[in-house]
Amino acid sequence: MTVSPDLIRPAPEGSASDLPPAEEALVHTPGPLPGASRPKSLVRVAVPPVVLGAALLGFWYVISYVILEPSRRFLLQPPHKVVEVGFLEWDNYSRILKALWNSTQVALIGLGIAITIGFFLATMMSQAKMIERAVFPFAVTLQAIPILAIVPMIGFWFGYGTTARVIVCIIISLFPIIMNTLFGLQSAERGMHDLFTLHQANRLTRLRKLMFPAALPAVFAGLRISAGLAVIGAIVGDFFFGQGEAGIGQLLRRYASQLDGEELLTSVIMSSALGVVTFWTFGWIQKLVIGKWHETEVLG
Amino acid sequence: MKGETDLVTTVTTTGALSFDGIGMTFPDGTEALRNITFSIDKGEFITVVGPSGCGKSTLLRIASGLLDPTAGSVEVDRERLGYVFQDATLLPWRTVRQNIELLAELHGFDSAERTRLSTAAIELVGLTGFENHYPKSLSGGMKMRTSLARTLTLKPPVFLFDEPFGAVDEMTREHLNEETQRLFQSEGFAGLFITHSISEAVFMSTKVYVMSARPGRIIAGFDVPFSYPRQPELRFNPDFAQLSGEVSLALRGS
Repeated sequence: MTVSPDLIRPAPEGSASDLPPAEEALVHTPGPLPGASRPKSLVRVAVPPVVLGAALLGFWYVISYVILEPSRRFLLQPPHKVVEVGFLEWDNYSRILKALWNSTQVALIGLGIAITIGFFLATMMSQAKMIERAVFPFAVTLQAIPILAIVPMIGFWFGYGTTARVIVCIIISLFPIIMNTLFGLQSAERGMHDLFTLHQANRLTRLRKLMFPAALPAVFAGLRISAGLAVIGAIVGDFFFGQGEAGIGQLLRRYASQLDGEELLTSVIMSSALGVVTFWTFGWIQKLVIGKWHETEVLG
Repeated sequence: MKGETDLVTTVTTTGALSFDGIGMTFPDGTEALRNITFSIDKGEFITVVGPSGCGKSTLLRIASGLLDPTAGSVEVDRERLGYVFQDATLLPWRTVRQNIELLAELHGFDSAERTRLSTAAIELVGLTGFENHYPKSLSGGMKMRTSLARTLTLKPPVFLFDEPFGAVDEMTREHLNEETQRLFQSEGFAGLFITHSISEAVFMSTKVYVMSARPGRIIAGFDVPFSYPRQPELRFNPDFAQLSGEVSLALRGS
């Protein structure tokens, strides 16, 4: 089953045909060597975003120093001030990290509950068309609810503490889990189902050995979306619910009202970083679990 | 040497697999099969050739019990029925070995027995060395071998093949044909093979049936007289060409 390398070597061009065979092979080595091409492509990959990033920073400085008069500079402090006050003053930075950690916990708990509910519902829906028909419109409705519209009601019912925050996370992250899991469970090909039918596999065996593994790629796609949404939910929830341990939402609110521009921007940057790290983490878990057999797209 | 058998019209209900007056009309009114009657004994390898969409695959689905016929009856032991699909239908999250062990797993064999069966099957189809590969890294031919090996673990007395080599290239197909007839010899199953390739049909089979366009009926049957094991060179034998030509003529007339 192996192909001799001679067969895949490209045919020499006319002008090179008078070279001895060995040199000919050297001349026509297809593409640069892997070792040589790596740094070059790294430069190609790294340079554009670095250039754009530098341009954006420059633009930021222009706004801070040229467009804003000194009296209004608090609206957008220059980058080095943000780093100085927000990141390098440990009092400020540790407060932000603590709040971020609180929000992360809320997001993880909410996501965990949403995964449990979502898996259960999707599995039920995959087992009976009737259940799918019953649940589907409500799942779609859940997705269509503007979260900000019901946040006051959640506070009204569940208090203004951690429970309410977690519930916001669940509501906002549930839909993609249900839909992706259901889609995944239904993705096993008919031929594979026939195979299980032929060999008298029962419902549970079919679910365990065919439908669940087949669902994994879609499940992970849903998880990545939902994890990001859970982080948003935790921040939005925290923004409105002030009781209990304050999260990053409360901090954002306080910094904004106190006109602490540096801390505010630091909190925003750190919140974004949390979103990115969450997305990466789930991409990494996906690669770990199904990377061996599934063509996982490369994540940035 | 050769000649049309009279089995076409004779009702026989003995054998490892028997069709008796099978008819199939789908709910939308499409009549796929009409009055199919023949049987296959142990040691027989029967191939049904027919134009696309004539209901050949439907016949196999009926034989396996995946589909109930609207007329007639099937007699077969479904406990250990072998069925090789058009696609390899491998589970992408399982390695070659794990895929091959699937059926033994579904039938409740213990781990030691599964390993023994899969090792033997892997050897039979020449996949040694590829046990730990995932399907995504296999060629079409190797996927089909894995699919064959998976079915072989059950040592099925009746083996159904639903055009399994249609998607692989000509050379691979010929290799797989040679291996299939070798397996038929060594394993001694009763084989029912569906294809639209005449040379594949004649090369492997003890008997070739020709099916008409929809509704599918058996319109001709040919005994294939060549002895086993058949060598690749058989394909260049004038008798082989003669017989293939006759099957082809019958198929055109369908």
